[in-house]
Amino acid sequence: MSGGKRIGEPILEIRSISLSFGGVRALAEVSLEIRAHEVLAIIGPNGAGKTSMLNVINGFYHPQEGTITFKGRARRQMRPHEAAAQGIARTFQNVALFRGMTTLDNIMTGRLLKMRRNFLWQALHWGPALTEELEHRAFVEHIIDFLEIEAIRKTPVGQLPYGLQKRVELGRALAMEPELLLLDEPMAGMNVEEKEDMSRFILDVNDEFGTTIALIEHDMGVVMDISDRVVVLDYGCKIADGTPDDVRADAAVIDAYLGVAHDA
Amino acid sequence: MALAEVREITGKPPAAETPAALDTFPKLLLDHAARRGSRPALREKDYGIWQSWNWADSARAIGDFAAGLAALGFKRGDKLAVIGDNRPRLYWAITAAQCLGGVPVPVYQNAVASEMQFVLDHAEVRFAVAEDQEQVDKLLSVKDKLPLLEAIVFDDSRGLRHYARADLLSYEDVRQKGRDFAAAHEGFFAREVAKGKGSDLAIILYTSGTTGVPKGVMLTYDNVIRTVRNSVAFDRLTEKDEVLCYLPMAWVGDHIFSFAQSYVAGFCMSCPESGATAMTDLCELGPTYFFAPPRIWETILTQVMIRIEDSSWIKRKLFHYFMALARRVGGNLLDGKPVSLKDRVLYAIGGVLIYGPLKNVLGMSRIRVAYTAGEAIGPDLFTFFRSLGINIKQLYGMTEAAVFLCMQPDGEVKSNTVGKPIREVEIKIAENGEVLYRGPGVFAGYYRNPEATAETKRPDGWTHSGDAGFFGDDGHLRIIDRAKDVGRLNDGTLFGPKFIENKLKFFPFISEAVAFGAGRDFVAAIINIDAEAVGNWAEKRGIATASYQELAAHEAVYDLVADCVAQVNRDLAAEPHLAGAQIGRFLILHKELDADDGELTRTRKVRRRIIGERFKSLVDALYSDEKTARIETEVVFEDGRKGTMRATLKIRDARKSQPLRKAG
Repeated sequence: MSGGKRIGEPILEIRSISLSFGGVRALAEVSLEIRAHEVLAIIGPNGAGKTSMLNVINGFYHPQEGTITFKGRARRQMRPHEAAAQGIARTFQNVALFRGMTTLDNIMTGRLLKMRRNFLWQALHWGPALTEELEHRAFVEHIIDFLEIEAIRKTPVGQLPYGLQKRVELGRALAMEPELLLLDEPMAGMNVEEKEDMSRFILDVNDEFGTTIALIEHDMGVVMDISDRVVVLDYGCKIADGTPDDVRADAAVIDAYLGVAHDA
Repeated sequence: MALAEVREITGKPPAAETPAALDTFPKLLLDHAARRGSRPALREKDYGIWQSWNWADSARAIGDFAAGLAALGFKRGDKLAVIGDNRPRLYWAITAAQCLGGVPVPVYQNAVASEMQFVLDHAEVRFAVAEDQEQVDKLLSVKDKLPLLEAIVFDDSRGLRHYARADLLSYEDVRQKGRDFAAAHEGFFAREVAKGKGSDLAIILYTSGTTGVPKGVMLTYDNVIRTVRNSVAFDRLTEKDEVLCYLPMAWVGDHIFSFAQSYVAGFCMSCPESGATAMTDLCELGPTYFFAPPRIWETILTQVMIRIEDSSWIKRKLFHYFMALARRVGGNLLDGKPVSLKDRVLYAIGGVLIYGPLKNVLGMSRIRVAYTAGEAIGPDLFTFFRSLGINIKQLYGMTEAAVFLCMQPDGEVKSNTVGKPIREVEIKIAENGEVLYRGPGVFAGYYRNPEATAETKRPDGWTHSGDAGFFGDDGHLRIIDRAKDVGRLNDGTLFGPKFIENKLKFFPFISEAVAFGAGRDFVAAIINIDAEAVGNWAEKRGIATASYQELAAHEAVYDLVADCVAQVNRDLAAEPHLAGAQIGRFLILHKELDADDGELTRTRKVRRRIIGERFKSLVDALYSDEKTARIETEVVFEDGRKGTMRATLKIRDARKSQPLRKAG
């Protein structure tokens, strides 16, 4: 968990990925790489294949063609829990928390993969299982402190406003100590203040823990502000890849995504 | 008139002199570390757990940090700004500066950069301790304009990793420098502490100042420690008491009730996890001693009522039944007054079913003494807590007096007084009704502001409080208003507009009130009804109205408000000094007073003069024989457009009560 912002070598390389659902081509020969410690934004119009791309990365979808290399190991197919075990965590477009459970318990579930005792030990809640739980609880408390959600620690997440639920979801992903964090529209449906808070937390996570982040976002202001690099998808194809400034100036992007600007 | 007489109440014999050895906070610290070193001194909820430090830990931490400051070049008489939420390290920083003969200057953590700049510049601050990135950023944004500021020390390093600046140090860095410095300078700390004496400056507290620029109130150790010793003796506080430090550190309320009383009595200060968790932390901690301004008591009550209304039918019934009983007998039980056996038994059952669990949820099961001060508190609010058996009392004080002037002794608690002068404090009422005082807590002066000091501390030896008040027959002081706002009726009766307005506003149906009377024959009031409360009330009675204006003009609403006014008059009649200032006539305004129209300040205080001008025709009509008044006002709509509103308002004569004049 050493920090510092040094964009490094690619930790994830995607080579000529194609993904189809029946006749629908969600992704067509897309290649991209995610470099260590960077904040990468994936943007594109609706249906461009952004979420499909995240689903491919964390093993939820299996592409028909192409390879994925994560931390030097190439793979075609992987199941989500294997991806999680290797250090890929994600949040979802629509909040996917356990609504009846408290913030604390929700984040604790993010530690499950790190727990070594089986559920019988945990049910006993004694001896080594207790020691282990205390360690994980301490870790979770650091995340609660980091995300400034102390006041809702014991509140069932179903009662929380949307912006806070998103923050809890981020907390659960962080509990996995991921190397690569995938955020699917972390700011959708938020007001300006909530967006500013979330942007700050994303940058802080990247800065403090050195976590690599790939995110999908529609708010161009946020994307341009917080990302180191932007990849643009359109109809399943990659049409641009570069710094926010490059992408902003790219004619193909303006055409496909920002629309009317170059007509004027 | 009783007011013509200047009444003087002299305090009781002076307290035993402060032992010479323990006349500063650093000396008290070392004494606690030696005598109760293993007892908790500070707690902070962090990472979900109450972390605690005993007096010996505190003394070590303070010693290290003080030596670190010395290593940075902090000299006797230097000022140390302390900015942030209530955190153990910030409290330690305050004492560390004092150990070196320096003066801590706590700054409001929510102040914007320019306000901070004013205070730091005015106080000639050389070093600052800031809680986190937010505060550091504010300081750095104005650092160019603060040539005296040499270094900033931060507590929480989050987000500050990449701020490579020589003038920015972490708290741990400074502590480490301190350990090195102490190793090289044997006995440095003890020598520095021994140099301090009671007459030295202990702290400068900047008052937020509703008018003009903030003023730095200089308090010496003698001011604070002697006054606090008297208050600690008054409520018999001991090392076993528990407090939650949740009020801003820059406010005298926190400095006295958390810091100073902890150092004098030796009890533990507990810092909440964050501002948002204060109420949860209160519940976990269960303090025995609690201080809160009326606003906070009100918030607590509102939360209780909301949750009760949401609870099941049987719980609601039980709550209302037992609260009615508590209102009748709870206060008397607390005051040790006679209560029938039947009521005692019922109250005990209520204690098991309602009062106990409720107090537990509020974190108030263990409260022995609680205080409210700063503003008038509504009698219903006050009674609610007292009837539960929570010993909430009132006091009167101000920064310039190291707080304590008057306190309510147990058994003499009322919602409309602020208590009796405490030991060593003398209070006198001036001709114009202003409260003047003398005592050990009287401040040394305003820092670099001799004009303001001379205005407050007069050559005759009395300090002017700026408040107007009077003593009742029970020897308790009552505050009515700011002295400059107090006027007299034509018959010479003292008239405090805010006092009367507050009494009216304590009714839920009345949202705002403006009282007139200075230089008039009687008091008249313009009243704003509370749209929601009166609207609900009307709905339940099947009164249909289409607008606020119609509601405000309704005959039944006038009857409702007339009852409120009559109740206020009854209360006023009970005070011989104020019986003449009963409300004679009133009207209900057709529109809500609004800050956009300039009638209220942004903090929702009425601007009496502007209202007097805008509604001159109404005021004139109140003081005539007319039964109605016509008014045409310009209003500003939400979108900025202007329009005019015309209305004809009814004027009512209020029912007055016979004054209860007691013999003597």
